[in-house]
Amino acid sequence: MSQNLETAANPGPLRRIAIDPLSRVEGHGKVTILVDEANRIHQVRLHIVEFRGFERFIVGRPYWEVPVMVQRLCGICPVSHHLAASKALDVVVGARRLTRSAQMLRRLMHYGQILQSHALHFFYLASPDLLFGFDSEVSRRNIVGVATAHSDTARRGILLRKFGQEVIRITAGKRVHGTGSIPGGVNKAVTAAERDLLLQNIYEIIAWSRDAVALVKRLHNQHPALYNSFGAFRSKILSLVGRDGNMDLYDGVLRARDENGAILFDGVEPDQYLDIIEEQVKPWSYMKFPYLRALGADKGWYRVGPLSRVQNCDSIPTPLAEIERREFMDYSGAMPLHAPLAYHWARMIEMLHAAETIKDLLHDPAILGGDLVVQGARTSSGIGVIEAPRGTLIHHYGVDENDLVTMCNLIVSTTHNNQVMNEAVREVARRYLDGREINEGLLNHIEVVIRAFDPCLSCATHALGKMPLVVELRTLEGDLIDSRARD
Amino acid sequence: MNPIAADLKSADMDTPRKPKVRIATTSLAGCFGCHMSFLDIDERLVALLELVEFDRSPLTDIKVCGPCEIGIIEGGVCNAENVHVLRTFREQCTTLVAIGACAINGGLPAQRNHLPLATLLQEVYTTRPGLAHGGIPNDPELPLPLHKVHPLHEVVKVDYFIPGCPPSAEVIWTFLSDLLAGRAPASDRRTIHFD
Repeated sequence: MSQNLETAANPGPLRRIAIDPLSRVEGHGKVTILVDEANRIHQVRLHIVEFRGFERFIVGRPYWEVPVMVQRLCGICPVSHHLAASKALDVVVGARRLTRSAQMLRRLMHYGQILQSHALHFFYLASPDLLFGFDSEVSRRNIVGVATAHSDTARRGILLRKFGQEVIRITAGKRVHGTGSIPGGVNKAVTAAERDLLLQNIYEIIAWSRDAVALVKRLHNQHPALYNSFGAFRSKILSLVGRDGNMDLYDGVLRARDENGAILFDGVEPDQYLDIIEEQVKPWSYMKFPYLRALGADKGWYRVGPLSRVQNCDSIPTPLAEIERREFMDYSGAMPLHAPLAYHWARMIEMLHAAETIKDLLHDPAILGGDLVVQGARTSSGIGVIEAPRGTLIHHYGVDENDLVTMCNLIVSTTHNNQVMNEAVREVARRYLDGREINEGLLNHIEVVIRAFDPCLSCATHALGKMPLVVELRTLEGDLIDSRARD
Repeated sequence: MNPIAADLKSADMDTPRKPKVRIATTSLAGCFGCHMSFLDIDERLVALLELVEFDRSPLTDIKVCGPCEIGIIEGGVCNAENVHVLRTFREQCTTLVAIGACAINGGLPAQRNHLPLATLLQEVYTTRPGLAHGGIPNDPELPLPLHKVHPLHEVVKVDYFIPGCPPSAEVIWTFLSDLLAGRAPASDRRTIHFD
């Protein structure tokens, strides 16, 4: 068995096993495993099989279209792309400082997004593995099984997500792909009636979010050895933190820590991202592999998302979530907790923080009106960074004097986690699959660790075996409309 | 009372129960936004689950689509795998539904259609800022991208189209209620949107 399992020394005689498509994750990807006759594992790869080319076809479009175009990258966290693009274009339209109303309304939209996405991921996608067991029967291992066996848990999950979606609808105009944020601010305030509608439920939502944290803690404490070790490996971490060092998912500065929790850098302005992050391409995935430039590709890879954020900030600025953060930090002790399954715990702490933040914002009269848009001296480029549900999201645009986009560079949350997800699946393969007769339940172990990261792989699809070298696409009438051959 | 709840009630009273209608769903070159809008039926999902069961779907761990009454597909066709999955759905599903802008006309991903694919790949994988080791991914494990993004009906026969980016949960709910009750689906035109 080779050490790092990324590339087999001699793939020729090996047998290929594929998990294709990955399921109960947002988007599509696949895992391929190469094993020898004794079922020893020689290679494990997580492939992202989509290519869409957003970064290129956005070029030439008027900049004001961008916040509504790029959110179509992802229907699960459209608000994150909508806001990251808006933040980048704030710089372009010279809106150095938004009005307070615009800031609070965007924050409300964003924390609604965090709440709905975290609820979706835990209750609809990941909880079946945790409630029923990693190798429980396929027919039950889904939200339908949860709704049958734990109907109250499923119901609350549905209503938590619904509340987050309603926050988005009220601030952005519709639940998926809204239009509320524009370069320089927002185009809509919240009415008193809409606010009151949300206020009716927010205290219940906070209580249920607390219960969700308690549920994950209970799962963790029932099997601490499993939860602390499954797929675990040490890595660096990166996230935005507020300028005061506290958790802030909408705005802040970049902070990174090493494997032991020591600060690698702090206070880096988001528009300096190219100074600290570099990317490489590997031929077997359409998703790039970023790393910290100063440490290089071999040592500089890092982890983003809830597990990083909860351990990277100095504190969480809402009381109930801060109590939970402290308990989490006490549990992990002097060293950071690197276990992928601890993502679920951290994610539910963030969901509670989002619920509390929404409550505070609903009590802020700034969301009801006032000046919503500012403009200033035009610039030719802008960088917007936000903490999306899955981690740090970077949007970078150039715009010319005719208002057309000249350049677009995106580093989405899941891309940061590309290397760590590959490390995690290799770790699980080593520990659970190596040398054994591989069955569906064992393969689901690989998916369990991928789900912990809550990846957003977007689009792409399914195939067994290698794709043909030539593909022809014909209409029902037999006319050739597209064809491609592999070079 | 909504039609599904009404069906539910009669199902409770009549024994034996009607067998559940089997539904498969997938996203091809889409963003999962249509699936999200489907989940925006919120707590009505629980009532729906009394009447239907899911085959292959992002919500289950069934990897290959088996025989189903209804197949729902979001996203257009952008690579060889999409073609394969789409044809499998057509073979396995009695009624095939194209949901959302991408499935119906290619949607936003089809914005790449006016650019040569080679140029796109070249620019995204070799000339971005902050890119150290560029190169176009070409491993056999990666499905071949097509030159253009195509709508579903250019490749297979599609029985129903639900427009919107995404269609609202109300439109999806009304459509499914009609279909499950054996009526011709008919949405109030005021609920149909194309954005």
